[in-house]
Parts: sequence; C-alpha cells; structure tokens
Amino acid sequence: MTPTRTLVVWCPDWPVTAAGFSAADPVAVLSANRVLACSAVARADGVRRGLRRRQAEARCPGMKVVAHDPGRDGRAFEPVVAAVEAFCPRVEIVRPGVCAFATRGPSRYFGGDEALAATVAEAVSNVDARVGVADGPFAAELAARQSAVVPPKGSAAFLAPFPVDVLDQPELADLLRRLGIRTLAELAALPAPAVLARFGPEGMGAHRLAAGLDERPIAARVPPPDLVVAAELDPPADRVETAVFTARGLAHRLHQELGMRTVTATCVRVEAETTHGETLSRLWRVEGTSPLALAERVRWQLDGWLAHPARPTGGLTFLRLAPEEVVPDEGRQLGFWGGDRALDDRAARALVRVQGMLGPEAVAMAVMAGGRSPAEQTRLVPWGDPRPPVDDNPPWPGRVPPPSPATVHAHSLPAELVDAVGAPVAVGSRGSTTAEPARLSIDGGRWAEVVGWAGPWPVEERWWDTTAHRRRARWQLLTADGGAHLLSVEGGRWSVEATYD
Amino acid sequence: MALSQRAIGAPAPVELREVARPVSLARERTLPVLAALEPLLPEGGLRRGATVAVSGGTSLALALVAGPSVAGSWCAAVGMPSLGLVAAAEVGVALERFPLVAGSRTDWPAVTAALLDAVDVVLLCPPPHVRASDARRLRARARERGAVLVTTGASTPDADVRLTMTRGEWEGLGRGHGRLAARRVEVVATGRGAAARERRASLWLPAPGGGVERLAGETPSGRVQLTNAGLGAR
Repeated sequence: MTPTRTLVVWCPDWPVTAAGFSAADPVAVLSANRVLACSAVARADGVRRGLRRRQAEARCPGMKVVAHDPGRDGRAFEPVVAAVEAFCPRVEIVRPGVCAFATRGPSRYFGGDEALAATVAEAVSNVDARVGVADGPFAAELAARQSAVVPPKGSAAFLAPFPVDVLDQPELADLLRRLGIRTLAELAALPAPAVLARFGPEGMGAHRLAAGLDERPIAARVPPPDLVVAAELDPPADRVETAVFTARGLAHRLHQELGMRTVTATCVRVEAETTHGETLSRLWRVEGTSPLALAERVRWQLDGWLAHPARPTGGLTFLRLAPEEVVPDEGRQLGFWGGDRALDDRAARALVRVQGMLGPEAVAMAVMAGGRSPAEQTRLVPWGDPRPPVDDNPPWPGRVPPPSPATVHAHSLPAELVDAVGAPVAVGSRGSTTAEPARLSIDGGRWAEVVGWAGPWPVEERWWDTTAHRRRARWQLLTADGGAHLLSVEGGRWSVEATYD
Repeated sequence: MALSQRAIGAPAPVELREVARPVSLARERTLPVLAALEPLLPEGGLRRGATVAVSGGTSLALALVAGPSVAGSWCAAVGMPSLGLVAAAEVGVALERFPLVAGSRTDWPAVTAALLDAVDVVLLCPPPHVRASDARRLRARARERGAVLVTTGASTPDADVRLTMTRGEWEGLGRGHGRLAARRVEVVATGRGAAARERRASLWLPAPGGGVERLAGETPSGRVQLTNAGLGAR
C-alpha cells in the first residue's frame, strides 16, 4: 500500500502565536514549569523545549512567560482550519498548529501539488504558516517545515538526511544514536526483520516511517451537519401569535432534522430580529424537544421581550433556531411510579417559563459551598446551569456556628453599638474590646438594650492578597426586645449581616 | 336471568354508589408538615389550595415549608433575596427542590401565579402594598391548582390560616460568652373556617440540636387529642 499523498499546513511555535505574540517577541509558553514552546527570538538565545522556567529566563533575560492553555490553542487554530477547509472539506487536525488533508482531488483541480501548496499558503498567509506536500503525513509535516513539495515516491530520499530525533520517540532515538544510527537513512537501511526482532513493533513503525512508507490514513473530521433552521418573516410579524406560528413550523422542521440523525438537542438558541435591526438571542435548555414545547419557549421569549423596558420598536423579520448542544436520542424513561418525574418536569417547565419572563438570572438554585459567614455558605446558580458538586470540606476557622440565621440581609444594614456611657464599642487588633456593649441601633432606628452577646470572633480573610484582604470581627447580639442579630465590625464600622428571626 | 345476576353478587345500586364513591384521602388533600407544627393546623397539615400568612419570623415560614419539602414536594420562594438558605437547609428544606425567584415590584403576581401552577408550596414576600385584586387572583389560583401559598412580611393579605410567632426567648447566649443555641417561641394560629378556633403551641425553634421540637412540660399532647376529637365530630 502506498502512502497517501498529503498536504500539511504547519504553524511553527503555535502556542506562542495562539497566545497573541509574534516570532519577534521573546516569549515562552510554559506548562508545569517547563518550556513547551518558545518564539524564534527566544530560541536564538538558547531557550529550548523542556527547560525549567529559571533556566529559560537566565538564557533569555526579559523574556515574557505565558501559561499554556490547550483550549486557547485549539480555539485560535479554528480560523486556520476553516481557511484550509475551503480547499478540501475533510481536514485532519493533527494537533493545534498542524492540519493535514489528502491532496488527490484538490491537486488535480488546482493543477498540481505545487500550485495547490502555493494557493493554500496564500489562503493562510495571515498567520505564520508553512505548507508542505509529500507521500504520507509524517514526510509531509517535515516537508512543511521547509515549505517543500516532495515529488511522488521521493519521500524516502527526502527523509534520508533527517536525524532520528524527528521520529518523536525520545527513548528509541536515544538508543539508536548510541548504536550509531544517526539518520533516518541509516535506520531505513537496516533489514526490517532485524529491526522488528530488536526493537519490537514500535521500532518497526519507526523503520517504516524512515523508509517513507507511512500508511496511516488521514483521520479527517467530518464537518458537523448544519442543523440550524431559520425563517424570514415577510411581511414582518407585528403580533407574537404570528411569530409563534412560524416558530412552530421551524420547530417541527428542526425536530425532523434531529430525528433523522437520531439525536436530540438539549440546548437550543432562539434568535429573533426586528425590522430595525434589534436582535434578541437566548439559550434555552430543552429536555426532549417536542416541537410544541420549543414553540412555547419562543412564545415566552417574545412575551418577555415585549414586556421588557427595552422592547422592540419594529416587527419581527427573522427567526432562527440553532441547536447548541446535541446528544444521542436515547428516549425518555419516566419514573416507574410516574409521580416524582412528572412533578420535576412540571416544576422545570414553570421555572423555564419564569426565566422567559424575568431573564435567566432571576431563577436560581442554592448550592451549599464552603465559607464562614451564612452568606458565603451558599451560592446561587441560575436554573438550567450545571450545579457544581458540594465542596465544603476545608476547615473554616471562625465559621459562624449553627443554628444559622433565617434572614441573611442581601445588603448589610448599618448599625451603631455603644457602651453604657454612649461611646461606640471598638475592637482592637488582638480581638480585645473597649467596653461591654449596652445599646444597639440598626439603620438609624431606635435604641434597644443589649442583654446578651458573644464575640468578637475575629476573621482574617485572604491576608495574602492585598486587594481582597479583609479583617473583621463578628458578634452575636441579643437585645431586650428578643431580637438576635449577627453583627460584624470592619474598620470601626458596625453592620448587621444577618438576623435570627 | 335476574337470579343469576344476584348469584354472581352484583351489589345493589345504593351499595354500588357507596363502593365507587371517589375517595379522596386526607393525605392527598393535605401536605405533611413537621411533627411539631401539626397541632397548629386544623387538619394536621397544609390543606392544598390554602393560603397561610406567617408573621413574627422567617424561621417559622421556613419550618412550615420544610415538611412538604422533606416529603418530596417542590417549593419555591419569590421575592425573598434575604432568605437564610443555610437555615433553610438546617430545618430540612431540600435546596435541590427549592428554586429562588427574584420578583420585581411589578411582575411578582404573574411570577407567583406561574409557580403556583407547578410547585406545591410557594413562599412569597409581597411588596408593601398589595392590590386586593392581585391577592384575590392569587388565592383563587392556589385553590384551583391545589398549591399552598405561604406569605410573610407585614402586608400579608387575608389568609385561610394566620400563624403568628411571639415571645422568642433565646438560650445559650450570656453576657460576653456562649452562643445562640436554641429559642423558645409561642405560635398562635388563627384563621377562617376550620382554622377559626385559636390554637397555640410552644415550640423550640430552633431546637437545641437543630430542627423544630415541641416544648416539653406544657402538655401539648393533650391539645393534639382535643384537636383530633374535634375533627372526628365534624
């Protein structure tokens, strides 16, 4: 079997480019304190892959250091892939920074490998990319580094002078070097059975690569099917009913499209546009898309939009339903006893409806989280967003003990706490108090006599961070009228954080 | 022919009506509440479709919601940004079935109505001035959908049951030492219809170990029996 003739687009030092730097900036991208990639300038100064941060900084003073982000690399590479996909729809992304496709069809269309390589290089010229063509992806990638087009069946000759390190198998390369085999030509010259006997299947693979017999087919990505459905409304819809009628048709179409691929959408983006160019786009979580349920969501969204202060000024001209998250359709299993699952569904529908009226952030679920004050011990997550797992394991010294207050003021109320002679009570740096508290006034209200108190419970948070550092002390306070409050004092100012009512 | 029908034991029409009468058990018409709160409510639970006004403390409202929540019902809170959620979890409210909805000054009636459609208990803190028409509409919606509307705050519209918490006495906090540990409260229940007769209960809210408990020593058990006897007579 002959290797597939392959074109490779190779972007040198892609992590550096993805981080937004050019080859002329002295930059290194680090992962786990080791250099993963560096710019050409830094390399000229002696920075190499695998160096520790300190060593790299010593070799290239003034070098910028960026943390590695695989997601960023992938995202930044997407436009390059899109440009390459204009030539051939089946493109393999070898890794962020390198993509490949088989040249058979495109080459014939553009009149030869050289012409194709030149056209592709032109298309991706906005980034520092090089294009190479050879038999097999391995040879093609090496060709791309030299921007070369290797003639058909010329791969073995092209690969011959390369050192064995290019195989990207450090242990094998090291062993080969110690055996006196330094280039791919020397490796390819060895008899194949002997290589297999001495180095096993791994060595055999390397031997075939060195001989230019790269059989790996290109694992091209299949472009995702376009499932978006959209409709122009002509004449523009002035009433919600008209738009919902169109939305119902769209939802049916989307449902069919998804059904034909036996998938279902769990997240659908609904976009609407008016004659005056106003757009409203919102993401809906839909469990098991029945077309009617989806049309209802469009109705809620439009209802909510019309009720909003920034309501649209013109009629609707455009509606678009785009599935954002698609999963295999495994059907839905109701609970055996029916009840609970039905209740959950009913509640979920109502909550989604309220989100349509007020916006997605208006409906929240509380999740327990670690923290000291009652306000910090829960976190609100908008309905429909994934709820993070409960994590309140770390110890929280100075945590307010249970029972917790039933009212945690969304904004702390200012308060005044004075001693028997009317002087404000203050807390010293070591948690000492100036006097026993005698009277309390909340938010400028009338004075209440303090009959019991506990505290101060000093809390020093984030002392390592100069901006987020907070020092305060908490008190529990009981007044003669039966009120119990959680007070905190910070910088001499008292406030009521919560009330035990 | 008639004889053979008798032979297979077809009941007489009157008996048949008796057998086929749609039975609705008290358990289906009411939502369970925590054991300590049972004596306060005329049917030993929250009757579906009822409205309850709670005054004197948020913790009582949370304790009231905890019963249905423990039993698997969905509950929701509207317009209560200052609700102590840790306290809610401590008294037994299942936070994964307790959505919190921010109700603005204008659209809270619509939001509450939408939630009454779907969840069993809606905890609502209405803004200061409630229009009579809004209150009436929400009461009707709760009755129609079999949900319970629990309102807190000063401006609660007239409700079927009104629970008032008074005489809170905290235990555990001294002058400069200790911490708030438990509270003795007196709860008075008044209302309309079945709830017209005044009921009282002395409770630990919260109890020394957390939760809600009946205060021992004030013979609340006698009152429970009285309540049941009264129900049976009706």
